[in-house]
Amino acid sequence: MSFFKPNFRHPESPKNTLGLTTKAYEGGVSTLCAGCGHDSISAAIMQAVWGLNIEPHRVAKMSGIGCSSKSPNYFLNKAHGFNSVHGRMPSVTTGANVANRDLLYIGVSGDGDTASIGMGQFAHVIRRNLNMTYIVENNGCYGLTKGQDSATADEGSKSKKGKVNPFESIDLVALALELGATFVARSFSGDKDQLIPLLKAAMSHKGFALIDVVSPCVTFNNHPGSTKSYDYTREHVQAGSVVDFVPMKQEITLDQIKGSTQQVALHNGDSVRLSKLSDNYDPTDRINALKVLHDHKSQDKLLTGLIYLEPESDNFHEILNLPDTPLNELTESALCPGDSALSNINAGLK
Amino acid sequence: MKATDISNPEYFHKVVDCQYACPAHTPVPEYIRLIGKRRYSDAYMVNWESNVFPGVLGRTCDRPCEPACRRGRVDEEPVAICRLKRVAADQKDDANVATRMPLIPPQKNGKKIALIGAGPASLTVARDLMPLGYEIDLYDENAKGGGFMRSQIPSFRLPEDVLDQEVGYVLDMGVSQIFDTRVESLKSILDKGYDAVFVGTGAPKGKDLNIVGRSEADANVHIGINWLESVAFEHTEAIGPKVVIVGGGNTAMDCCRTAKRIGGEDVTVTVRSTYEAMKASPWEKDDTLAEGIPILANHSPKEFLVDDGKLVGMTFSVVESSYDEHGKRTIRETGEVVTVECTDAIMAIGQDNAFPWIERDIGIEFGDWELPIVDKVSFQSTNQKVFFGGDAAFGPENIITAVAHGHQAAISIDLFLNGESVTENRPQPGTNLVSTKMGIHQWAYDSAVIDDDRQASAHLPVEKALASRKIESELGFSPEVAFTEAERCLNCDVQTVFVEEKCIECDACTDICPTNCITFTNNDGSPLRDRLTAPSLNLETDLYVSEDLATGRAMIKDEDVCLHCGLCAERCPTSAWDMQKFLYTVTKAGDSPAPLLVEQTTPRDKKNAGVAA
Repeated sequence: MSFFKPNFRHPESPKNTLGLTTKAYEGGVSTLCAGCGHDSISAAIMQAVWGLNIEPHRVAKMSGIGCSSKSPNYFLNKAHGFNSVHGRMPSVTTGANVANRDLLYIGVSGDGDTASIGMGQFAHVIRRNLNMTYIVENNGCYGLTKGQDSATADEGSKSKKGKVNPFESIDLVALALELGATFVARSFSGDKDQLIPLLKAAMSHKGFALIDVVSPCVTFNNHPGSTKSYDYTREHVQAGSVVDFVPMKQEITLDQIKGSTQQVALHNGDSVRLSKLSDNYDPTDRINALKVLHDHKSQDKLLTGLIYLEPESDNFHEILNLPDTPLNELTESALCPGDSALSNINAGLK
Repeated sequence: MKATDISNPEYFHKVVDCQYACPAHTPVPEYIRLIGKRRYSDAYMVNWESNVFPGVLGRTCDRPCEPACRRGRVDEEPVAICRLKRVAADQKDDANVATRMPLIPPQKNGKKIALIGAGPASLTVARDLMPLGYEIDLYDENAKGGGFMRSQIPSFRLPEDVLDQEVGYVLDMGVSQIFDTRVESLKSILDKGYDAVFVGTGAPKGKDLNIVGRSEADANVHIGINWLESVAFEHTEAIGPKVVIVGGGNTAMDCCRTAKRIGGEDVTVTVRSTYEAMKASPWEKDDTLAEGIPILANHSPKEFLVDDGKLVGMTFSVVESSYDEHGKRTIRETGEVVTVECTDAIMAIGQDNAFPWIERDIGIEFGDWELPIVDKVSFQSTNQKVFFGGDAAFGPENIITAVAHGHQAAISIDLFLNGESVTENRPQPGTNLVSTKMGIHQWAYDSAVIDDDRQASAHLPVEKALASRKIESELGFSPEVAFTEAERCLNCDVQTVFVEEKCIECDACTDICPTNCITFTNNDGSPLRDRLTAPSLNLETDLYVSEDLATGRAMIKDEDVCLHCGLCAERCPTSAWDMQKFLYTVTKAGDSPAPLLVEQTTPRDKKNAGVAA
């Protein structure tokens, strides 16, 4: 068993504008099961952060408990990281975000960590529109405890032993839309062509961005009868919008935007280009997005791609009118202005 | 692009860059692993089966394998393959090796062959044909076998006992040695009724330099290879104090270092080319400079200066080399003229084949430059009974090429004397492909890739080395250093074998691969190299293309910088990838593939042996 990757890399590895190859964005060798979808997502995250030219140490990896939540160990080992309590990643991220709003927050969670024990925190972090990318590595089972059905397992899906799941599943994408999330997407670990641009767009979004990624559990949920297997997902996936992330500096030619494509500018000047689901699909129309999502579900189709985007919204910091300077950079004099300031406040309340 | 046919042994053969580059196709990673396990005698036998002179080649080989070594494409320097080979020879158990020599049948097959010249090519022919029952007469003008390995390679690079031992392994098979006999007529040899004749006489004619003063200075102007031979056989024991060498090849390096050991105090090498473009191997140049011998590049010889009938110096025009876009060199004189004082001058500016002893009316056709017409595959001349090999066949090359020729010529001779076609029925290579899987994540080879730099070989202190021309100047690797160097080998013969039916396209291999070799993409006919995960710039290496998979994509692996670390196979959930050791051996005369496993060459009971040893 190899616990270390060789140190040699491709001699012509491309470099980003920081002069770094993807080697600078790697983590340890995964100890997840061979073939786990989570490893593909880790690789996609590395590619996305590298491609966005973000220095690894300007990233904070946040996670809870579960197979998904140990995966931050396998990418960006130069980044900050917090492997927190089960289901409590959102509140820890909120605290970190208040302390230093300048970092890129990547939350990695699973279906158990989000849709069961963490459901309350998930709902509230969406409400607050915290500036973060929230990735759910969704395999429909509890892989770390031998594959019991999770809350996202589809009704009728069979376990490895053949038991049929009798309960309705929670659709995290529909829930996030309902709760007012400002960036909602779904993808598949086996489709990096779609996942990497989605991750780039989510990381560039100013506000809460959810990507629900179907990530097959090779050990406990990759058999016939499972609705989260590689084969089932490939057969039922409907790539809704073919997404392309367009950095602000890149010139957009007419050829690229003609036809049934639509371009949506992000807050920072980058933009997302997507081919429309249909001629009248508008990814900024929340109500229609919900309808299309349900339509696909009723046809046994898994809709992936960028499902909803609200490019301009007030995020947590703006709602609370917090200072632009990160809390950890404010000096003592700014944080504690002294007796006279307190006296003035007290005087104003008299 | 069509899916790769891995059942064709040439595909995986090409992946093993070192072995592929070696003219004799010695299974390099196989013996390097054995050296790493301190199984030196086994490592020696793997070599010996393939290249006959491991101890000689471990010191003197031109090393075509090393520039080809994959490690050189990802690390700063390739694996020190040549010096590792020497470790196998230095550390082997002589008694063990002696018992593993081939059986020589006491009953001969009735066919008699003459080999002219006792160099590496002829000795290889003898080594391959003696075990088949042929009777062999080996002719040489010198008193001992070895050819130019003995006459032109100085003892401080190749000690005599090393050469004697390896020449002895062949001669002791019962070769009839007709030494101290210069063959002056091929016709007379043919008239003796041999069933076949092999000509391995090398390229014995050193080039001369006919410039002003040459004839007047004759007493102190020497032809490099002749002079080296004269020193080797102790006809020449000293040289004057100031020596100029003209030429920039390995012979020039041998001449100057020899001169420095037998009386030359101020020895200077002059070469017309730039320092970088010199023909000498880089390590030979390094060793020369380390012994305090200056190399004057861009010096084109102009005339010999003679005073009172004696050579006193040489003049040189200083030149400049320039290259056009096709790499063609133009040399221009700068007008500057340099004089170098000298008492002796040695010409080491190349050598030619010469066949004054071959009659032109015995059915051997000659082509350009008075070279015989020899078939590139069978080494047969236009006289069916006469075969050529080594430098005698196509001009000066090197020892390992001569060995490769010898093996092929032996096959031809054996086919010819059995009444078969020498071109159509040549034997196929021996191949073996076997999984190295030992457990879920364990392999039968050291899959981890270490970071160590190329290990340097120890040398004697210069003053000790220069004390005698017979003291070997390079000490070679100790077993500990050899282990580190052996571990640098990337095991390119452990192949990544892909089985389409097992793949679930989870991307685990693509994600883990340290050098981004693997891509899953549509193989729809458009150029694949433009669409791979990593830049695919080395067109010399192949793409491993699978059949189409379930999603319609194919697996494409660029073989260029694969580290053979096995991580793709370790992270594969379905064992669609496996690490399988591929052994490729060049089949020798007699149609029996060479032993595929070292275990097949384990010592046998000496009592049962035939004539050998």
